[in-house]
Amino acid sequence: MIQARNLTKVFRHKKRGEIRAVDNVSFACEPGKIYGLLGANGAGKTTTLRLLATLLAPTGGDAVVAGFDVSTHPAHVRARVGFLAASTALYGRLTARETIAYFGRLNGLDDERIASRTAQLSAELGMEEFLDRRVDTFSTGMKQKTSIARTLVHDPEVLILDEPTLGLDVMAARGIVRFVRECRSRGKTVIYSTHIMSEVEKLCDRVGIIHGGKLLAEGTLGELRERHGEHDLEEIFVKVAGGEAIA
Amino acid sequence: MNLRDTLTVYRKELRDALRDRRTLISMFLMPAVIMPAILLLFGTATYHVVKKAHAQPPVIGVLGGVDSPAVKAALNAQPGFVLVAAPDDWRERIADKRLRAVVEIPANFEASLAASGSAEVKIFHYEGELKSGFAVGELRKFFTGLRERTLAERLKTRDLPASFARPFEIRTENVAPPEKVGGNTFGGFIPYLLILLSFTGVIYPAIDLMAGEKERGTLETLLCSPASRLDIVLGKFLLVLTVSLTTVACSLLSMTVSLLAGGLVMLGSGRMAAQLSGAAGAALPSLDPLGLVGVVILVLPLAVLFAAVALMISLFARTQKEAQTYIAPLVAVVLLPAVAGMLPGVELGSALALVPVLNVALACKELVSGAWPWTQLALIFGSTCFYAAAALAGCVRMFSRESVLFRT
Repeated sequence: MIQARNLTKVFRHKKRGEIRAVDNVSFACEPGKIYGLLGANGAGKTTTLRLLATLLAPTGGDAVVAGFDVSTHPAHVRARVGFLAASTALYGRLTARETIAYFGRLNGLDDERIASRTAQLSAELGMEEFLDRRVDTFSTGMKQKTSIARTLVHDPEVLILDEPTLGLDVMAARGIVRFVRECRSRGKTVIYSTHIMSEVEKLCDRVGIIHGGKLLAEGTLGELRERHGEHDLEEIFVKVAGGEAIA
Repeated sequence: MNLRDTLTVYRKELRDALRDRRTLISMFLMPAVIMPAILLLFGTATYHVVKKAHAQPPVIGVLGGVDSPAVKAALNAQPGFVLVAAPDDWRERIADKRLRAVVEIPANFEASLAASGSAEVKIFHYEGELKSGFAVGELRKFFTGLRERTLAERLKTRDLPASFARPFEIRTENVAPPEKVGGNTFGGFIPYLLILLSFTGVIYPAIDLMAGEKERGTLETLLCSPASRLDIVLGKFLLVLTVSLTTVACSLLSMTVSLLAGGLVMLGSGRMAAQLSGAAGAALPSLDPLGLVGVVILVLPLAVLFAAVALMISLFARTQKEAQTYIAPLVAVVLLPAVAGMLPGVELGSALALVPVLNVALACKELVSGAWPWTQLALIFGSTCFYAAAALAGCVRMFSRESVLFRT
């Protein structure tokens, strides 16, 4: 479960002054559901997700992730969250098995549990062939599978995915989409940020449109279509984001 | 702090580093193979140059001496050089290294010697030029001998004892123990080397582990884990320290081996080489071994300080390139106090005991000489530990700052 209430993040920039990257954002995401955070580049998606993953501390408001407050219990939150982003890279000189083991250990797993999780994840993701090869020899798809295994090693109840298909080819991106669906079916709480409309349509149970740090619209895909009188999500997005820009 | 997480990070970083060609080169290959190879090459080249210079007798020009045939003949009979009549352009020839030196025998030199007079023999040479120096040495040897012989004859003629012209002798004798002599000769050099090596050892891993991880995007992956930032910093710091100390150990070991080997090769060769190896041979074994242990103990907190400072700078930088730009000039900053420690007259005092790097350099000089100024040593160790702890705390603090971690 993710519950964000008036979540705010202000950056102080020497030249640009105060930047409200996330401005009073509130939403909730339940177990077994995928919440899509839709926004253009620089809209505040990454900052929102980094706040939920406790990589950044909120300036205002609060968020409860997997039953723990992100401000007061960040380590507890991180132990229950799997965070995957285009910016979370892998260590090139480690093998896939070593990568999974490293993050398993950092998540408090013992060797036995790490071994069983590695076996399970590599079977599920089809990683047996390259499990003992170094990551720097991997194709993009292999890297993505290793990243997924790294994210899931401690079997987190919440998944925070920040544009996970960014820069991937069609096949690798499809792999991610399939994996996210599977996570939902296992009852995990998933928050998924993207600027690709088709991914939202394929995956998300609820959608929040974020622009200029503000959550401008929220609801199921059906609700949004009905509210804005448009069927095409892109049109809805432009209407919501563009309207704000004109105002 | 969670020791398990710190060690997990450390072990992973160690494995990563041991698979990194650049780390291996800077940690093992450079100090263990390349540096001694350079030293050995330099030593061998010096040995051959000196040997060759000795093997070729210098060509020396003579000015005058027409009325001193006996002196000229004796000079000609000397095996150390080849004598020629100085041509008109002898000055240019010395400058062009075609003539090594020119000796001017004054007019009526022999007559003056016979008449108990005084004369001046002039030697023209190329200052600082090795072979010209050899020629001057040979000429001095010859004319000093001639002077001694002339003096002896004059004294004999007048029935005077040899002591008449030499009322007393001046003799110098060393009373300092050999360790002190060794300490003074090499005491400044050893800490200089250790300080330099422990700093150069931290540069690459520190840049790779912070700025490098930031640039490659792996730092964000690591920060997603429940490991505390303190544990992550400590794990990385321990690796940087390990690399630094391994570099120092490898360098010291290989340099000792190559110095001893080089000394054996050069021993008994030309004058300069013999002096070099002789000094090394005389001073190295006479360093106080217990003092060397003290040196290593003092350098430890200094290595901690270097590792923490380098990590902090690397963390601050956005990219590896930026980190290199910040850290490279620091080599000079670190070297200056280390070099200052070698200057004569800069002695260990309570005020200097608080100056980082310089204090360790000065204390090392004392330690290898066998002196143990306990109060100052405690002050130095304490202050260096304090600086190291402050730098490490600063590093941890910086690692908790979002503006630094997500600086783009």
